[in-house]
Amino acid sequence: MTEPILRVDSIETFYGPIQAIRGVSLDVDRGQIVTVLGANGAGKTSVLRTVSGVLDPERGRVLFEGRDIARMPPDQVMRLGMCHVPEGREIFPFLTVRENLNMGAYTRRDPAGVTRDIELCFEYFPRLKERESQRAGLLSGGEQQMLAIGRALMGNPRLLLLDEPSLGLSPLLVQQIFGIIRRINREQNVSILLVEQNAHLALQTADFGYVLEVGRVVASGDCETLLRRADIQEFYLGQKEAGARGTRRWKKKRLWN
Amino acid sequence: MHDAARILQLIVNGAASGCIYGLIALGFVLIYKATEMVNFAQGDVMMLGGFAAFTLIAHFHLPYWVGGILAIVITAALGYALDALIIRRVIGQPQFAVVMLTLGLGFIFRAGAGIAWGYDSVGFETPFTNKTIDIGGLILGEDSVSIIAGTVLLCGVLYLFFSRTRVGVAMQAASQNQLAAYYMGIPVRTIFSLIWAISAGVACLAGILLSPISMIDVNMGSLGIKAFAAAVIGGFGSIPGSVIGGVIVGIVEQFAGYKLPAGFQEVSSNIVLLLMLFVRPQGLFAERMGKRV
Ligand SMILES: Nc1ncnc2c1ncn2[C@@H]1O[C@H](COP(=O)(O)OP(=O)(O)OP(=O)(O)O)[C@@H](O)[C@H]1O
Ligand SMILES: [Mg+2]
Repeated sequence: MTEPILRVDSIETFYGPIQAIRGVSLDVDRGQIVTVLGANGAGKTSVLRTVSGVLDPERGRVLFEGRDIARMPPDQVMRLGMCHVPEGREIFPFLTVRENLNMGAYTRRDPAGVTRDIELCFEYFPRLKERESQRAGLLSGGEQQMLAIGRALMGNPRLLLLDEPSLGLSPLLVQQIFGIIRRINREQNVSILLVEQNAHLALQTADFGYVLEVGRVVASGDCETLLRRADIQEFYLGQKEAGARGTRRWKKKRLWN
Repeated sequence: MHDAARILQLIVNGAASGCIYGLIALGFVLIYKATEMVNFAQGDVMMLGGFAAFTLIAHFHLPYWVGGILAIVITAALGYALDALIIRRVIGQPQFAVVMLTLGLGFIFRAGAGIAWGYDSVGFETPFTNKTIDIGGLILGEDSVSIIAGTVLLCGVLYLFFSRTRVGVAMQAASQNQLAAYYMGIPVRTIFSLIWAISAGVACLAGILLSPISMIDVNMGSLGIKAFAAAVIGGFGSIPGSVIGGVIVGIVEQFAGYKLPAGFQEVSSNIVLLLMLFVRPQGLFAERMGKRV
């Protein structure tokens, strides 16, 4: 086996005194889509933030193409070839769509390649082309998600981190976007680490999955296997009713906020 | 007829000093938009820039243009260093820490300038000192006209810089969403230091442009208070807003000095500011969308 493009090795991450990640390990193999599932507050976003360098883990290693990047700032991690599409899109609201895409290519020095890749983005997301010179803050939520993905692609990543791309989008649009995520994975040969709450869709899209609960990996496996596992169906795929555990956790979170 | 000429004169003089306020206000706004900090030492940075130009031009006998540009570069470098070495350390601290830090820096700058250059007013010869131009019968001081022209020119340059250059757009991006800028591989800290450099350079330019109509002295930074009013009036958010806010303050001040009893001139900027806060607290040019959408 070749080495994975990303290896997360027992990371522990804190927000001040609060421990969000309690020893998570996971691998992303080259060319794969790997998904991380979990309820609200399970620590999915925190894992991605630790990988991309926004948070520094207290313990553990993050190996990107064999290199430890655990304490590197996010702009340097990005320069190594990893782009992060954050939760909530985080576009630049007062820049135009095209300027946003250009910012995605900030680190690149090949103007011809950048122009070509903008066209590629417009091919994946024709809606963006129509709104090319509009301020990004005026786009709809779905369009902003497209822009955030397109902007990350502009950085020519070998690994793409996607944090809940389905958040707040209509089922139809979610289907479209996941279709494009699959295409990007195949056509651009980009490995993808995908965080999702929409477990069904994520497991259908990805090759391998991890299930996170309160900062720990509680299950992992091929997506087909995970899709069949009874407990996962129960808690994450809504096959049975929502379940007492889920409700309880939700209440707990509400109390803390 | 005589009265109309007088009024035009007042407007031009007011616009000229207003441009100075506007330039300092612009420095406030650039830094605020990027880092949500208010640099209360902005006026004192202008003072240092003025003294730097004075030293280069009057002491080292450099030509006005060479000395001026060199002073701007030096002051910009000071702004960069200020952020990279000091300001950066208080990021994430409560607002009052930042306020105290920049107020304290202002004190240090004034004391330092007093030690280095003394407490007397100084000045240097500029190509615009004591000259007039005749625009269709209207006689204007070249000093005022040079301030207005310099400000307009600078705004044009800044506009092109922020909208057309890669670094300029990245500055906007980092001001709008710092985290996302990091994700794009933009070196946000360096970008912020560069914004401090631009603000300091603009303040120095203000000091140089001001020198034909006002002497340079240790306390000239107190203009910063009027500039602050200008920034608030302009909505604390846009470059044209700051300059227009400054011009409003400058013109009101001139007319207050002309029409109203003594004393009103000094407080007029505060009165305009108060009125503004009552009538339109978000300022003239408040951006319609929040910082994050
Ligand atoms: N900025 C923060 N400061 C303090 N605690 C935080 C912060 N962000 C997240 N947490 C806590 O860390 C834990 C993990 O949060 P995280 O955002 O990683 O969860 P998540 O799985 O992404 O949830 P969601 O599905 O709601 O996005 C939660 O308990 C949360 O309350
Ligand atoms: Mg999350």
